[in-house]
Amino acid sequence: MSILVNKSTKVVVQGITGKEGGFHAGQCREYGTQIVAGVTPGKGGKKAKGIPVFDTMQEAVRETKADTSLIFVPASFCADAIYEAAASGVKLIVCITEGIPVNDMVGVKRSLAGTDVRLIGPNCPGIITVGESKIGIMPGFIHKRGRVGVISRSGTLTYEVVKQLTDEGLGQTTCVGIGGDPVGGMNFVDILALFEQDPKTEGVVMIGEIGGDAEVQAAEFVKKNMKKPVVSFIAGITAPPGRRMGHAGAIVTGGGETAAEKMKILKSAGAHVVDNPAQIGSRMTQALN
Amino acid sequence: MNVHEFQAKRLLAQYGVNVPKGKAVTNKDAAERWASKLDSSIYAVKAQIHAGGRGLAGGVKITKKREDVGILAKSLLGTTLITHQTGPQGQKVRRVLIEEGVAIKKELYLSLLIDRRTGWPVFVSCPEGGMDIEELAKTKPQAIHKEYIDPSSGLQAFHGRNLILNLGLHVMEPQTAKQFMALLGNLYRFFMNKDASQVEINPLVITEDHGIIALDAKVIFDDNALARHPDVLKVRDLYEEEKLEIEASKHGLNYVKLDGSIGCMVNGAGLAMATMDLIKLAGGEPANFLDVGGGASQETVKEAFKILLSDRKVKGIFVNIFGGIVRCERIAGGIISAAEEMHVRVPIVVRLQGTNAEQGRNLLNKSGLKLKATTDLWEGAQAVVELTTAPSKKRHTS
Repeated sequence: MSILVNKSTKVVVQGITGKEGGFHAGQCREYGTQIVAGVTPGKGGKKAKGIPVFDTMQEAVRETKADTSLIFVPASFCADAIYEAAASGVKLIVCITEGIPVNDMVGVKRSLAGTDVRLIGPNCPGIITVGESKIGIMPGFIHKRGRVGVISRSGTLTYEVVKQLTDEGLGQTTCVGIGGDPVGGMNFVDILALFEQDPKTEGVVMIGEIGGDAEVQAAEFVKKNMKKPVVSFIAGITAPPGRRMGHAGAIVTGGGETAAEKMKILKSAGAHVVDNPAQIGSRMTQALN
Repeated sequence: MNVHEFQAKRLLAQYGVNVPKGKAVTNKDAAERWASKLDSSIYAVKAQIHAGGRGLAGGVKITKKREDVGILAKSLLGTTLITHQTGPQGQKVRRVLIEEGVAIKKELYLSLLIDRRTGWPVFVSCPEGGMDIEELAKTKPQAIHKEYIDPSSGLQAFHGRNLILNLGLHVMEPQTAKQFMALLGNLYRFFMNKDASQVEINPLVITEDHGIIALDAKVIFDDNALARHPDVLKVRDLYEEEKLEIEASKHGLNYVKLDGSIGCMVNGAGLAMATMDLIKLAGGEPANFLDVGGGASQETVKEAFKILLSDRKVKGIFVNIFGGIVRCERIAGGIISAAEEMHVRVPIVVRLQGTNAEQGRNLLNKSGLKLKATTDLWEGAQAVVELTTAPSKKRHTS
């Protein structure tokens, strides 16, 4: 078992004829993911890395029965791509693109609210169910099928954690990068709830950072609903307020958004909070024993 | 992107927001010339820097004498203001805003931003203006009202009625409430059309003659949307931004200068922040945040080194790369060619992990460069702190 994606997930890659889209579509397929189609308006009928390309999402879904979309479309056209994916009938949209205007995402989030379409991202590494399906840009080889679920707002920091879990011999079930933007799709609580229900997942690593209050919401959820251990690290204890630290969402603008405050709240909610990012894996081993 | 108060007011005025008559000037003569054109019983001379907290730092002067305006302008221009947002080095005042005064009956607080939890725009209001909203949130949280706007239907009259009740405008002259409703519409249109991420009017002033005017204005624009707003991009003030940060952004590097002594070069924003935290945990202070990005090439690594080394405070460098898409041997190559080209005066610790990490480490070890290569994150952080903070001790023991 796993969450959200598995070996029967069928993926369309939007923006497959671009450099990034093409490269990663190939990498995902090599990992074993069913990449069944690509979409680039105006390039229908061609093939990219042997994958059939369609002009529209509607066509691609009708012809291939795809249920998931992976988006590499440039930021200024990305909102349109997400709307098109949602209208085509896919149920999961994974958006890798970085730099989408916040207002565009405000519209997207409002439009998806109350529907059964789920969005992961934008500005994220994607999602991987280890040994089954890689839908994103993470390096597959660092993962090992195992017992721990991972949720993170960051990219390479997630790889760091995955490597630690692999080295500890714990491995992972599914790893989800929810992205570093202020307004996006699924949040910590959505994914925590899925991991709590997943019989294969025994513990969850949650990687947060400064800015926003998603970690505070997560803490409330951990306290009320999580029976499985949650190990958490919050990046940015040294980040000065008012400065954007790379991710558009990683900026402290008000109370409750600092790393120290988030760590404190998570700790009191019963999460295993680590202040050393090199010790996340070993802390999970402790928590599971 | 931040803009100055005078620029924010000019942009808001284009959307029908009422602001005091004023002009930004750069010298005493211009200040006097402009003041002579104003017909007011009171004048404000306000330092124009991006950081907040100007009032407390002495950057805002009020006078009833028109002839004093020039002297006050001169007293501010060229000085360095230190506020809680500028950092200890402060920010030099290059312009002052000369404004006509306003007869104040009441000061209010009003701002508009995106609520991250809901993803909806939200008006934040408080009947007590002029103070720091973070301070108000602590001392009088019950006085702060939030009015969420469903982005699919936009601003409605009921939102305005709710805000009017919170601000106490219903007990004032009807024309005040009417002007307030118009202001809300104008702010909302501005916010959505211009891709602002924050508009803060503090204080929003009710005047003695029952009008409404934005006495101060702070506007922040969404960096991701600047490409579609050339008029906003045009007023970007590079003097307010750190020179090294501008240089870094030219090379696709994400750099934020801090005050410590250990330079960091990392791929990925989250890992870069975690690396800074780790340095602190090991007993050091990070000199910067630097994300070389997912597609780091030899060239970007070289540029990153140049930027780190041009900060004279840097006493040691920690390179932390987790190779995913980025291959470690390419990073190693970049480090070697940068070190060959530049005089590297500080110790370097390189931690490579992930794709082709072994190859990368071999290259570094064979290069003959004086650096420490490791695979362990915590070990790397401790090593760079030790090399940086105790150089004399190190010399004796080695």
